[in-house]
Amino acid sequence: MSETLAEHLSGVPVGHDQPDKFHVRDLEFYYGDFHALTGITVGIQRHAVTAFIGPSGCGKSTFLRTLNRMNDLIPGTRVEGNVLLDGQDVYAAGIDPVDLRRRVGMIFQQPNPFPMSIYENVAYGPKLHGVKKKADLDEVVEKSLTRANLWKEVKDILPRGGLTLSGGQQQRLCIARVLAVEPEVLLMDEPCSAIDPTSVQKVEDLMAELKDRITIVIVTHNMQQAARVSDFTAFFLQEKVGEAAELIEFDRTASLFTSPKDRRTEDYITGRFG
Amino acid sequence: MNAPRAVVDKRLTNALALGAIWICALTTVAFLGSLLLYIVVNGVRELTPAFIFTWPHGVNMEGGIWPTIQSTMYVTVLAMAIVTPVAVLAAVYLAEYAVQGRLVRTIRFAADSLASVPSIVMGLFGMALFVEGMGLQFSALSGALALSFLMLPIIMRTTEEAIRAVPKYIRWGSYGLGASKWQTVSRIVLPAASPRILTGLLLAMGRAAGETAVVIYTMGTMIYAPVSPLDPGRTMPVHVMLMAMEGINLKAAYGTALLLVLMVLAFNLTARYIVRRNRRMQG
Repeated sequence: MSETLAEHLSGVPVGHDQPDKFHVRDLEFYYGDFHALTGITVGIQRHAVTAFIGPSGCGKSTFLRTLNRMNDLIPGTRVEGNVLLDGQDVYAAGIDPVDLRRRVGMIFQQPNPFPMSIYENVAYGPKLHGVKKKADLDEVVEKSLTRANLWKEVKDILPRGGLTLSGGQQQRLCIARVLAVEPEVLLMDEPCSAIDPTSVQKVEDLMAELKDRITIVIVTHNMQQAARVSDFTAFFLQEKVGEAAELIEFDRTASLFTSPKDRRTEDYITGRFG
Repeated sequence: MNAPRAVVDKRLTNALALGAIWICALTTVAFLGSLLLYIVVNGVRELTPAFIFTWPHGVNMEGGIWPTIQSTMYVTVLAMAIVTPVAVLAAVYLAEYAVQGRLVRTIRFAADSLASVPSIVMGLFGMALFVEGMGLQFSALSGALALSFLMLPIIMRTTEEAIRAVPKYIRWGSYGLGASKWQTVSRIVLPAASPRILTGLLLAMGRAAGETAVVIYTMGTMIYAPVSPLDPGRTMPVHVMLMAMEGINLKAAYGTALLLVLMVLAFNLTARYIVRRNRRMQG
């Protein structure tokens, strides 16, 4: 399915065969007085994996967090421009960020299971949103852990604490936890940088499986990973310290890595800086 | 110029400082040790089951201290029940909701000041407000309300610290699933902070159980085992004070004091145990 989708998309201008899941227009972002991002315009293709790459401090994680308004939790942040999710501006008045984040789930760099059992970790989201019956919860827990490729490893130890798992298992537990609320989009902020190589492999396989039904955006500082897992890649760069970062280039991953159009992209992917 | 002497001076001052630090550290330990030893030597012979579990006779010359133990437990637990929700919710407000600024600094300063009010003043205030003003008489309830003022800042500050110590990324996990602020606070943050909150509660309980001045003016001195919150009573510290001051029964005073120290020590050790076990589990 994912291959056919990719084939179907090949040769089509970026993000224009069907409406983008996210469409971001002229986004400016500020931390207090610091102007962090400027002039970001980009479309996030639905049912595909989009990777954000760039050197540390280039604003890629900041941009990711504007998509589900996680930046709202940091005092003093400000957004200008539009972030449209299925055509609806997520910063419009009347949009509840709490509802938005249920639709746009997030995985963090540091695996962050809650200090509770494996079962409760996964059941937490559905319970928040009103699922009460034990049988329903059992079902969603099994389904989510299965989708996160973790069920086989944990099905006999569900009452054990989530923090007793290995780092890689913890990250997949967090993925299962997000999948349990059935998000439309999954934002992953360097999900593999704190886990072991075997687990990285598993998480990458997982992305390929999940994109049939979910739109995935991943921030990574690992270009090989971006090349392996993503269909589209966006390259961000802050040219000088203290200046706002920009989106330098956005293209299909294959094109961006083989024939970058911008000199700065080429310098970055060939390892001349960063 | 005179480098050699500087070296000698450095070594000398270092040795002196180290010596002074050692002496001070030892003094602290020795002081606690001798205090405990003194109480134990004087009180241990009194600590029989009969002393603990029977009522006093006559003018308290003989018999046990059971009603004072009951009074102490009763007023401490009641105070705990009153102050815990207030202090914890206030701490949640300060740590999670309030915009960090002047108001929050003022509240924190007020809490710290409350903690440093002499307990005799707290007792007088409690008497004026609860015993007389609200007509609660000398009662366990008056005592518990006055004690809550004493415990409030302790619990509030430890709870606030405990809440702040919960890592941000755990909260993000919850927000990232579409949890509201209150859902995150009540289902993730407070449970995660609960061992440290419990530690604060136990320390405050120890403080309240050992308090004299506050309860003598609010709960009274009558030997009584309170059943209703409006019953009076005499807590263990008050009993110690009266036994010793009036010279009625110095042995009973030491016996009570020893038991009180053991109880407070038990609170503190439990608190330490909880912190350690928790650190191991998260470590």
